[in-house]
Amino acid sequence: MNNKWIVSSSPHIRTNEDTSYIMKQVLIALLPATIAGLYYFRVRGAITIIACILGAVLSEFLYCKITKKESTINDLSAVVTGLLLAFNVPAGLPIWMCVFGAIFSIIVVKMLFGGIGFNFLNPALAGRAFLLASFPVAMTTWVKPGANADAITAATPLSYMKLGGSEGAGSAANALNHLHQANISLSDMFLGNIGGTIGETCTVLLLIGGVYLVYKGIISYVMPVTYIVLATVLTFLFGGMNFEFALYQACAGGLFLGGIFMLTDYTTSPMTKKGQIIYASIAAILAVCIRLFGGYPEGVSYSILFANCLVPLIDKYVNNRVFGEVRK
Amino acid sequence: MKLLTFKGGIHPPYGKEYANKKPIEKAAAPATVYIPLQQHIGAPAKCIVEVGEEVKLGQKIGEAQGFVSSNIHSSVSGVVKAIEVCGVPGGSSTCVIIENDFKEELHPSIQPHGEIESLSKEEIIDIVKEAGIVGMGGATFPNHVKIAPPPDSNAEFVILNGAECEPYLTADDRLMVEHPELVVYGLRALMKALDVKKGFIGIEVNKPEAIENMVKAAEAYPEIEVVSLQVKYPEGAEKQLIYACTGREVPSGALPIAVGAVVDNVATAAAIAKAIKFGMPLVERITTVTGPCIKEPKNLVTKVGTKFNEIIEQCGGIKEGVTASKLIAGGPMMGLAQCTDDISTNKGSSGILILDDKMAKAPQPQNCIKCGRCTDVCPAFLQPLFISAYSLKNDFEQAEKHRAMDCIECGSCSFICPARRLLLPSIRQAKREIGAKRRKAAAAQKK
Repeated sequence: MNNKWIVSSSPHIRTNEDTSYIMKQVLIALLPATIAGLYYFRVRGAITIIACILGAVLSEFLYCKITKKESTINDLSAVVTGLLLAFNVPAGLPIWMCVFGAIFSIIVVKMLFGGIGFNFLNPALAGRAFLLASFPVAMTTWVKPGANADAITAATPLSYMKLGGSEGAGSAANALNHLHQANISLSDMFLGNIGGTIGETCTVLLLIGGVYLVYKGIISYVMPVTYIVLATVLTFLFGGMNFEFALYQACAGGLFLGGIFMLTDYTTSPMTKKGQIIYASIAAILAVCIRLFGGYPEGVSYSILFANCLVPLIDKYVNNRVFGEVRK
Repeated sequence: MKLLTFKGGIHPPYGKEYANKKPIEKAAAPATVYIPLQQHIGAPAKCIVEVGEEVKLGQKIGEAQGFVSSNIHSSVSGVVKAIEVCGVPGGSSTCVIIENDFKEELHPSIQPHGEIESLSKEEIIDIVKEAGIVGMGGATFPNHVKIAPPPDSNAEFVILNGAECEPYLTADDRLMVEHPELVVYGLRALMKALDVKKGFIGIEVNKPEAIENMVKAAEAYPEIEVVSLQVKYPEGAEKQLIYACTGREVPSGALPIAVGAVVDNVATAAAIAKAIKFGMPLVERITTVTGPCIKEPKNLVTKVGTKFNEIIEQCGGIKEGVTASKLIAGGPMMGLAQCTDDISTNKGSSGILILDDKMAKAPQPQNCIKCGRCTDVCPAFLQPLFISAYSLKNDFEQAEKHRAMDCIECGSCSFICPARRLLLPSIRQAKREIGAKRRKAAAAQKK
């Protein structure tokens, strides 16, 4: 019989669900919103998405080549980062800027720290922040949904709302006024027929993707629900107790995109459920603060990036009770 | 019906279909048996026979040494050929090598001990000790130690583990289907020995026939409850099983008796029943020979000390067209991979599993993506990724702070890890280092 038995430590069987399987599921979950992005932003959207993904994958491939490491692009995480970066920029962003952002995301935020699993910030969001700081005009030149050849700029719902002033009870009504004048209805916001980044606009399809991920066991509902619900409640409480205003805010500016796909990034979120609630709550509070009181209409990316920085601290101090541990 | 379970755990592919419909068969008696004198932690038994001596089936050949140790008996009748170091699962041990004369002559000491009712508590413990009965779930811990807890402890119930959550293995399942009365008898003996009023038999619901037959066999005894458990690994882990059956958590670092529980395998109970009813010491057991590479998977009653390769031969050997690459003593989650099939079985040989090359290939570990799955599935609520990371950095102090010693080594974390990291092996390493450090400190204190 065989005399070359393989000897290794138990367990001897493994799940089939490896890293690339998980990333594949995330890509599947992003598919509906991608299709919406293509539908609303046509060729411009497609070009931006392709540029971001190619930029991300190629830069990871070349980095591994140069540093003589085994290529990690097969785990598909670079594709996810590229697609999420594209979701976070306006359609029609110049190609070179897309590639620039992707390189920053992959090389600076991810690979220099040791590759997948070692980045302390969400690469796509850090890439967006980098682009926004470097090219503020291009990054806020929004394309009207359905526009094809010429850039027709349109403000985002959040910037309309910001026009209404930032604080006080009257501002909510004022903000809604601006929205109504611009003919932006709640259903438009829900379906994504508004200005904004490629991926943030269609709330309902993002939600479908999120439900898919929870169903597949890729993410838990804890972080997205805490984040989105708390942000909406806080907006209601501090935005003049106006329910319509709070709903508009919830559907605007990537709260769903961030809550479902960025906040839940494994590497940059806490391990324990308790830690995840703390983390998502901090991010929600920050997002609302920036939106309502900051000088800036949109707060999702920065809220998550800031919360990312707190994760090591949360992981250090928030731990599970071990089975059989005596309750104090 | 609400099924009982614990928090955490995984759902590995079960592979039970290879053998769960195969009735128990008696394996052909081997021409030579190699009976190990060391079958468990604690002291090895002392050999009490000499080369050239004639022995009978069931004759004591190894005398227990010290407290945690158990007697060894001959599984055949014949002549002692040699006493040598031979291969056993997980290493080597001094073995008594006996040439079988195929007469199956019983040793005169093998006499029925009467009925449970006529036996005292001490007599039952004595029978268990004399018969060399050990935990047959795989750990082979001497059973008389377990059923004679310290006088200040208070046993409230006996829980029989019939979960058999380890994939591929079907020995316990078949035992419960075919001999439920033995299991119930053994449980009653255990309950009497421990002086408890309540007995549980926990069985996963993927063994409906076993549940049905056990319920029938236990019908006349209202103090015995057959508990249906969720199908989940590691449902049969001692502390998890206690939690599932009673809702009690065994405190960290303590033994089950701390919450009043004594857990035994169903096969152990059946062995106790045989020892009382027929006076038969533990010389054989049911071994599941299974996996994708075995031509004809079987549940075989094997004599302790039979060579693995002979048992595999009896199941038709290796199937054509597959590459048999990994030989495991036990199941795929906690079993030990072997480097040779020239080893002999012991009282804990619950399974012989052979995996093909595709399943046996060790995957390349990648970066941890901190997905937290290991934390979600850990039945001890640990954070395996952190313990493993500290262990790999040789920072065992931090590993200890992250409660490495609470790990039950079920392997769920390694199974679920999408980055294929070697979580359990590195945690085991940490446990060894921490254990060694503690022993050192304890020894220093004694001085």
